[in-house]
Amino acid sequence: MLLREGKALRVAFGETLAELGNTDRRVVVVDGDLGSSTGADIFEAAHPDRFLQMGIAEQNMLGVAAGLATIGFVPFVSTFACFAVARALDQIRVLIAQPKLNVKIAGGYAGLLAGKTGKTHLMFDDVSIMRALANMTVIAPADEIETRRAIEVITATDGPVYLRITREPSPKLFDDDYVFHLGVASRLRDGRDVTLISTGVQTTRVYESADLLAKEGIDALVLHVPTIKPIDEAAIVEAARETGFVITVEEHTILGGLGGAVAEILGDQYPVPVKRLGIRDMFGESGPDDALLEKHRLSPARIAEDVRLLLARRVR
Amino acid sequence: MMAVELSTAKLEDLARTARREIINAVVVAKAGHLGGPLSAIDILVALYFRVLNIRPLDPTWPDRDRFILSKGHSSIALYTTLALRGFFPLEELSTFDAMGSRLQGHPDMNLLPGLDMSTGSLGLGFSAGVGVALGAKLAEKNFTTFVMVGDGECNEGIIWEGAHVAQRYALDNLVVIVDENNLQQFGWRGQTATDRLPPYSDKQLAHRWEAFGWQVSEVDGHDIDEVTHALTRARGASGSPVAVIAHTTKGKGVSFMEGNFRWHSRVPTVDEINQAMVELGAPPSLTGA
Repeated sequence: MLLREGKALRVAFGETLAELGNTDRRVVVVDGDLGSSTGADIFEAAHPDRFLQMGIAEQNMLGVAAGLATIGFVPFVSTFACFAVARALDQIRVLIAQPKLNVKIAGGYAGLLAGKTGKTHLMFDDVSIMRALANMTVIAPADEIETRRAIEVITATDGPVYLRITREPSPKLFDDDYVFHLGVASRLRDGRDVTLISTGVQTTRVYESADLLAKEGIDALVLHVPTIKPIDEAAIVEAARETGFVITVEEHTILGGLGGAVAEILGDQYPVPVKRLGIRDMFGESGPDDALLEKHRLSPARIAEDVRLLLARRVR
Repeated sequence: MMAVELSTAKLEDLARTARREIINAVVVAKAGHLGGPLSAIDILVALYFRVLNIRPLDPTWPDRDRFILSKGHSSIALYTTLALRGFFPLEELSTFDAMGSRLQGHPDMNLLPGLDMSTGSLGLGFSAGVGVALGAKLAEKNFTTFVMVGDGECNEGIIWEGAHVAQRYALDNLVVIVDENNLQQFGWRGQTATDRLPPYSDKQLAHRWEAFGWQVSEVDGHDIDEVTHALTRARGASGSPVAVIAHTTKGKGVSFMEGNFRWHSRVPTVDEINQAMVELGAPPSLTGA
């Protein structure tokens, strides 16, 4: 089944914050000179007085957000994932995660598809790094609807959050009445043969790959895990129990991200074979989105191929 | 504000008491810093007993002035000042650095009431202070945010990122106090290994803050009246943030610690403790080890 067209997460990000800003004066956006790329410009247009430009200085930007949080604001820090997570990690760790301050860090242009920017900008170890921080909630929404709901929920929930936002338009996975619960996974498809676990916009590709697999007689259970921390352990264990074979798929390094989290949980609680699909131990490069997805075997067709192969090997 | 204004002589006496408490706490903990706390303590006494609008019994009062110790490794100086000001009992200073203590090696705002930010990684507290001051403007609050940084700490790039932003937003509700004690932990070598160069020479720091569009004043950081005057004037400034460069001596008050970089973080021996206590005017009964 082909998914409906949807907006880019960054657009949903800006629109949702602009709407929230109408009723919630605590919401402010802290920008690192990338508002015209991240979707934060939509908020600036609606609420120029609560759009705080910090210039090209991410470390101070994260510190300013921490200060704003101490007096009751709900700052959404908006920049590219690489500049928040990598450049300002010390500020996130000491000023936000350790004191549990109510700062929401929106990492834009996350993952593989970042407009041909290449190695510096392609950030696909952000989830590993952020989930290693105590007190940090890590969310990777799949589509515009889930982005909206997640932002509404985290605005109403105290505590530090890393929100993974992507650049390119993503198909719609959820209906308008979708309800997002923090820390709760969402089963998109039942299945007997294999469990596919994914997160973020990659889930839309995994969902489509399950349709391809079904045509070949492979019945895949699909579990979407939007909150990577705290993660829905029960749903993951149950999904592993039902098929006995788990494959994780992420637009992210296979080191320490969703696949790592799933392997940790199942190793502890319900050991079954776990295969991790995603980006191998390497940095990014420039290139067209489609070519990058193909190279890293993250398109629906390549996922289906790899699942078929892994299942065949397992049977043998 | 203080119910009763304390005389300068009384505050100087309090600062001497604070110095003894600082040394005691470091001795008990067998760890911690002395040089920086001793350079900063007169400023902290002036701040907490004469300048800050605070309520020790209501430490989260929303309209209080904020103070952030960005040079978080001088935590024991802040803890001692908070205890003397009535935020918590003086006896608790003996738990400094201990497991489970509210008095962590570096300040933890979630543990100890009266701390307006967790700090310890240099430069970070200042950027948070910029955020607090910016938020106060946005929320139309009238309190002032004071941040203390070290001169060595001004090596950190984030200080200048924040200085730029604070000037852009004309944060005249933000006062940075630079504890310029002319030494950092190890620093640059001078003529010999024990001769260390200051982080910044002469007027360099004052000129840098000025160049970033800040109003700058310079004071003797061990003269409580001078510090009080400068900070009181700074809080009334308008149009731009204010940097108060406080000229201090690292290890101030103990002759053999003064100006010696090796006392950045060292625990004194019994003989050294005794000498320090005598110099700091401890009653004889307290000096016997």
